[in-house]
Amino acid sequence: MAAIDTPTPPVTAPGHSWTDTLHDWVTTCDHKKLGVMYVCSGLFFFCVAGLEAAAMRYQLLFAGNDAIGPETFNRLFTMHGTTMVFLVGMPIITGFGNYFLPLMIGARDMAYPRLNAWGFWMFFFGAFLFYFSFLGADGLYGAGTAPDVGWFAYAPLTGKAFSRGNSTDYWILGILISGFGSLSGAINMLGTVISLRCRGMTFGRMPLFVWMMSVVSFLILIALTPLAAAQVMLLFDRFLGAHFFDTQAGGDAVLWQHFFWFFGHPEVYILIIPGFAYASEIIPVFSRKVIFGYPVMVAATISIGVLSVGVWAHHMFAVGMQRELNIYFAAITMLVGVPTGIKIFNWIGTMYGGKIRFQTPMLFCTAFVFQFVLAGLTGIMLAATPFDWQLTDTYFVVAHFHYVLIGGLIFTIFGACYYWFPKVSGKMLDETLGKWHFWLFVIGFQLTFTTMHVQGLLGMPRRIYTYPSDRSWEIWNQITSAGVLFQAAGVLVFFYAIARALHSGRPAGPDPWDAWTLEWSTSSPPPDYNFAEAPEVHSRRPLWDAKHPEDPDWKHE
Amino acid sequence: MPFYRSHRCPEPRARLGGLDAVRVGLVALASPLLFSARALADDAASTFDTGIFSGVSTPAIQIQTYSLGVVAICAAIFVVVVGFGAWTVIRFRRRDEDDDREPPQIYGSNSLELAWTVIPLVIVFILALVTARAIVELQLDKRPAGWLAVTAVGHQWWWEFQYPEYGITTANELHIPVNRPGARRPTFLTLESEDVIHSFWIPRLAGKTDIIPNRTNHLWFEPLQTGLYVGQCSEYCGTQHANMLLRVYVHSPTDFERWVREQQRDAVSDPRVADGRSVFLETACINCHTVRGTVATGQFGPDLTHLMSRQTLGAGVGTLDAKTLRAWVLNPDHLKPGVRMPAMGVEGESLDQLVSYLLSLK
Repeated sequence: MAAIDTPTPPVTAPGHSWTDTLHDWVTTCDHKKLGVMYVCSGLFFFCVAGLEAAAMRYQLLFAGNDAIGPETFNRLFTMHGTTMVFLVGMPIITGFGNYFLPLMIGARDMAYPRLNAWGFWMFFFGAFLFYFSFLGADGLYGAGTAPDVGWFAYAPLTGKAFSRGNSTDYWILGILISGFGSLSGAINMLGTVISLRCRGMTFGRMPLFVWMMSVVSFLILIALTPLAAAQVMLLFDRFLGAHFFDTQAGGDAVLWQHFFWFFGHPEVYILIIPGFAYASEIIPVFSRKVIFGYPVMVAATISIGVLSVGVWAHHMFAVGMQRELNIYFAAITMLVGVPTGIKIFNWIGTMYGGKIRFQTPMLFCTAFVFQFVLAGLTGIMLAATPFDWQLTDTYFVVAHFHYVLIGGLIFTIFGACYYWFPKVSGKMLDETLGKWHFWLFVIGFQLTFTTMHVQGLLGMPRRIYTYPSDRSWEIWNQITSAGVLFQAAGVLVFFYAIARALHSGRPAGPDPWDAWTLEWSTSSPPPDYNFAEAPEVHSRRPLWDAKHPEDPDWKHE
Repeated sequence: MPFYRSHRCPEPRARLGGLDAVRVGLVALASPLLFSARALADDAASTFDTGIFSGVSTPAIQIQTYSLGVVAICAAIFVVVVGFGAWTVIRFRRRDEDDDREPPQIYGSNSLELAWTVIPLVIVFILALVTARAIVELQLDKRPAGWLAVTAVGHQWWWEFQYPEYGITTANELHIPVNRPGARRPTFLTLESEDVIHSFWIPRLAGKTDIIPNRTNHLWFEPLQTGLYVGQCSEYCGTQHANMLLRVYVHSPTDFERWVREQQRDAVSDPRVADGRSVFLETACINCHTVRGTVATGQFGPDLTHLMSRQTLGAGVGTLDAKTLRAWVLNPDHLKPGVRMPAMGVEGESLDQLVSYLLSLK
């Protein structure tokens, strides 16, 4: 591997004071430390967004409840949605990518370590700015308010006429700035994949994790730029008297929707493909089988990436587009189901004939596969335009995308945490606590989000802070809210398990799961610069080759 | 007989045709998934049912048939995939008696992977064609002759309905005629917004269509049963999005004609409430509200000419009776936080007089 010019890592001598440790972390350019910081920030905001959701579920417990007023409720769902997408999903996927992508391709760091640190701090301060809106949005003289325009911030509700004060500006700037962090992270990952693969690591031998993160990075470059442009246009509207989206001066509200969803739909794949990536690493290891149909998995990922930039207006079937557009967007959206289906079948194909070890990472990934089947099928229903005329903007949609993003992404993230925590910390997470976490979370998830489909079919629109008692939605809302308790309990068990493992966990050793990719060939946690000697690989599973010299993978690929 | 029919009243049928059998089959397949929702909808088959599978109108019925078809296909896929997946997970779990040898490594199978690419492609192709046909048949953008024209204007947070043929303006409660074979009068809505984006949705009549400022959208329905059908704004439109409720009263043709004639009259001018009338006309009420036949010609708020012909106030936030009306006029924000109507500072005797006047606007 070519020598790369990286800054000298901080030297950690024994007996460092906590300020030195803090200094190490704040000034670090190490991909592993940055990865940990990304994931920890993401988990922190996961708790914040979870509390916001819990408050909303409390308000919706009873018809006509007035525990939380409309203004607060509207802020809660805006903050919850924006936080989950930009401050939970994005940093966690970037964090895992940061930590494991270089390790998996045998690199010593990311291609641009300083850019990497810059990206993290852009994200961090963007997030900080966004949450500062609670204090600062009304200016220094007022009580302050958070944004209340919804996470997709439809025009003209974001115009000066309908959104006074500065809360919308905090939404714009916080997300814009954290978006620059995501863009730099994407450039960094692509640069790393292109230029820092170790000897023998051809594209055809990269772990699926690396392939999928590359596709995600491309999508980030394609999708986040139009969002940034639209946000700048909105700032122009709000401060410089431009009229892009200002309908009162002839602007176009639908233009914002096109811009936003041109970002927003690829964004869904930006979030879920990393989930696929974790599952594609975990399922083979715990089934004790090589991934079924590697080339097809790569091809399916790329097709999802390509198709995902052409489907955005399926979020807009109710805006009154021409018939031709409605038909196009319905058909192309349904087409996404084909490569997604291939992935599901290949994961099941990987499990088929294996000896599946149901440890916690695999439990989460198995639940993910099943939940994602339903998430995909409700996606087909929403793609069916006339059906969508009934379903869009109801709880059915809320159920669908939580099935994707919780049932898909968060489940695989939990799986990934249990799978890679030993590598990061050198300690094993407790299996019993892991199972408690899993079952509590599955039960809570099903109670909350499966019942939401029913509310949608019963005609309950999303984003309403209250509902009349005569609509027969109350009991379903109560079941939904009850699920929150189980999910919260599961998450508490998770954090307890982490704390206990850090304090007194069983040492993990370099390769606790008997896995096959390069990150398990180095110590846990990996040393600075990862590999004492640059590895060389001959197949997709270098550690399998090492463990089974009698039947190495490269004979079959 | 086509899978569904566009803007034509279904005619009574004596026996099931071939396609009907298919349809029944599809519904049967879909039913496990929908069981809970439908059972509940049947329980609540009340006036306030908003279930999307309780259609009583073209195109809701057509959408429902189409949707149940989609659900049936998805349910079939779900059962097959989850069934096979569950069997795999159980069958191939690691057992205690297993030795430590690795299972046979299978790298892939071209024929299998081709199969699970092509079969979904075929399903998607068929589904896309059916969808295209449904869209073409249900999405109309011109008003056929003889249809009732209504303009629905979305406001933060109430609905204005104008009947240009009759010169009527009302609010929040839409009145339309029923359709029967041989006596058709479909309603064709022109949707316009006064401020932000709203969405018009009565699940039992039709799917939703957004109301977008600077744009004109259309929506049509042809209800086949008289009665009250409810819904609400379904695009987030600001603080009181939740209390932007909608009611549609479907009348028999004669009842509808009677309703139109009543609405066309100017407001009653009852001498017994003359005091209240002057409170109304001399307060800023008239800046926002119209009472036809008086100097009140405001446009920002609901037309009050025949206020008491409506059942609700504040776009469904309360029942329209003397007590609620009084509380509303005293402080609208108390009933509907964030509402655009300010408290006018009318209190005491003036308030009583004003409420009496409003109650006289039948």
